[in-house]
Amino acid sequence: MELIDLSLIWAVIIAFGVMMYVLMDGFDLGLGILFPFAPDEQARDVMMNSVAPVWDGNETWLVLGGAGLLGAFPLVYSVFLPALYIGVFLMLAGLIFRGIAFEFRFKSHRSRHWWNRAFCWGSAVATFAQGAVVGTYIQGFETEGFAYVGGPLDWLTPFTVLTGIGMMIGYSLLGSTWLILKSEGHIQQWAYRVTPRLLAAVLVIFLIISFWTPFIDPAVWERWFGHLRWIWVLPMLALACMTLLIWSLRRRHEALPFLSTLGIFLFTYLGLVVSKWPVIVPPDHTIWDAASAPESQLFLLIGVLFVIPIVLVYTAWTYWVFRGKVRVGEGYH
Amino acid sequence: MELDPLLLSRLQFAFVVSFHAIFPVFTIGLASYIALLNGLFYGTGTPAWERLAIFWTKVFAVVFGMGVVSGIVMSFQFGTNWSNFSQAASNFLGPMLSYEVVTAFFLEAAFLGVLLFGRGKVPQGVHLFASVMVALGTFISSFWILSANSWMQTPAGVELADGMFRVTSWGEAIFNPSFPYRFSHMVLASFITGGFVVAGVSAWYLLIKRDVDANKRALSMCLWLLLFLTPAQALVGDFHGLNTLEHQPTKVAAMEGNWETRSGVPLLLFAWPDQEAQENLVELGIPNVASLILTHHLDGEVPGITEAAPDEQPPVWFVFWSFRVMVGLGFLMIAVALAGLWLRRGGRVYQHRGYLQLLRVMSVSPFIAVLAGWFVTESGRAPWLVQGMMTHAEGLTPSLTGGMALFTLIGYIAVYAVVFYAGMYYLTKVVRNGMTIQDEEDEVDEVERPKRPWSAAHVPFDDDTAKVEG
Repeated sequence: MELIDLSLIWAVIIAFGVMMYVLMDGFDLGLGILFPFAPDEQARDVMMNSVAPVWDGNETWLVLGGAGLLGAFPLVYSVFLPALYIGVFLMLAGLIFRGIAFEFRFKSHRSRHWWNRAFCWGSAVATFAQGAVVGTYIQGFETEGFAYVGGPLDWLTPFTVLTGIGMMIGYSLLGSTWLILKSEGHIQQWAYRVTPRLLAAVLVIFLIISFWTPFIDPAVWERWFGHLRWIWVLPMLALACMTLLIWSLRRRHEALPFLSTLGIFLFTYLGLVVSKWPVIVPPDHTIWDAASAPESQLFLLIGVLFVIPIVLVYTAWTYWVFRGKVRVGEGYH
Repeated sequence: MELDPLLLSRLQFAFVVSFHAIFPVFTIGLASYIALLNGLFYGTGTPAWERLAIFWTKVFAVVFGMGVVSGIVMSFQFGTNWSNFSQAASNFLGPMLSYEVVTAFFLEAAFLGVLLFGRGKVPQGVHLFASVMVALGTFISSFWILSANSWMQTPAGVELADGMFRVTSWGEAIFNPSFPYRFSHMVLASFITGGFVVAGVSAWYLLIKRDVDANKRALSMCLWLLLFLTPAQALVGDFHGLNTLEHQPTKVAAMEGNWETRSGVPLLLFAWPDQEAQENLVELGIPNVASLILTHHLDGEVPGITEAAPDEQPPVWFVFWSFRVMVGLGFLMIAVALAGLWLRRGGRVYQHRGYLQLLRVMSVSPFIAVLAGWFVTESGRAPWLVQGMMTHAEGLTPSLTGGMALFTLIGYIAVYAVVFYAGMYYLTKVVRNGMTIQDEEDEVDEVERPKRPWSAAHVPFDDDTAKVEG
């Protein structure tokens, strides 16, 4: 039984699922946050149309991650959710509102401004909550045995507010570079204009969080300033992607800005993962403490290994079918 | 005033799950109906079947979308409000709920898109296959959920050590004693719900004389279906009750309003159970019939509620009356189905305005009956969360305060009110729009792009859209 470390396999699957979620739902949430700043209603149509075919597929990773956690690392599920009780509610409410806004904005005219608001506020609130989850994960949880014993608003601190805002700006950057890829004309010009400003803000917050984190958790300090030198490659790569982004914006590349932003997120995310590894419920519990029974992990693994490739193929196919520019007026007749 | 997080969490779970249940209970039945219509069209080539299939697929898309939106919350509720239970039962419940998600994704990823958007774009046989797979997928989804719920009613195949349930036999845990009965009861309920909704909508179309030919066929089909399914449901429900008597006698005692263990128990038609006094204040019943139903002997012995200590009893009046609502509606549905058979002579069933109006009203009855049935089985288990092994209080999140629970309870009610209002408003539009075939040009335009279920229904949300677009 112990020949294979199932907890390790599951940790990789969950980490992969979360990454897929952040990268993919990130840009469509980001477009929601940018919605009120768009130059005109045409731009908003294009923004929404550019993610309409893919957004719900993006969100399936969130549900898969949530259910997978209950099956594989129940401790994460039963500590994170009570600790972030209010935040989880806000995130779900936000996601629901923007979900129905997607459906009904296309079908309405008189009530359209309401759906615009629902889309923007839902995206902003959900993103802030997700950023706060990351911040809370860095902060750690007050637990006793296998239960959370802290207060209802312990998660809301200056640090988590910063990570929440950081996530909003980061997702906006994903959104604006996605829009460069998918739009043309004055909308693309607008996206080219806002992207550098967003990048500057992301860089500032990235640096503040990076310097703040080791002071919050001594283990993170130890990890970064101990003997594991190779991990410095990750922030270096993240900074390299930022440079690439600036360069590609100057050269008016269309696809490269989005790809390099994905790189920024990927390497920052990996940096966070190695900071904490193998702790999954900070400060004390590792992936092996948090694991469910091996037979349960194995039972679920079979189904998940079967379905993940199918979801990946289907996702890739959807993006392929809807490749290319989204044009103004397309879809409205 | 002290806010009780336990009571508020139970209310919240009941609200969210009841609200959510409305949608799948309908879509499970409807998915099979659509597959049947597609099959009939494939076999006979009669255009009416296709018109019906197109129309009901639109309705399916909207209801399915609302089910998904309201269901996302469910997968987080276990952790937010019932973290001790989630932690303790995760070895079994985790894989069950995850498999439900996995099944649903597989279904959505592979076949839902083809069903909703593939008509005319893929070969007819492939489209039929996709609709059969979607129907099958809804059954597999409910299989996992009902297995998990049944396990909480009649736990098996696990051992409890150090506060954690550990699975000793997956077979016994998944196919626990009440599962086959609950699953059959629920699948039949879904078919009956689908049947009454389709019958109700068809009746309305016949009343206003729209698409008369197609709707006559639909109504006729539904009435035949209901004629057999409604009595079958009474029979399955009876078996389910006997199974409950074996494993959860206190629940059955509360359903019957029978406080003392005794023989020759009457079937109570009306009673006012008083939990404090541990007796019924008023009762009106038919002598010996409850004994006859439960033991198949007129003087059979039936266990009473007082077998359980007062703090281990469910809220009797609630279980008692929910049960009566369910059974009462069940018999009403049988009567309506029989009346349909009688009116068939000479085709009166399609013209009889009173009967058609009755069918319209009856389309809500299965939803009420299903919710009442769930109230019986869930509150009848109280105070147990996992029967005999873990109580509601033990399963609650320890850090949860009354204020937090109240905040999210109000929050979810507000969010769902908006979702429900928008969804129902839109669904009404879809139905009013009727079976007119939309301009196929719309589809080519790639405006509302595939995959989002609701975009399968090409109906504007508010009235003046057409003008603005024109």
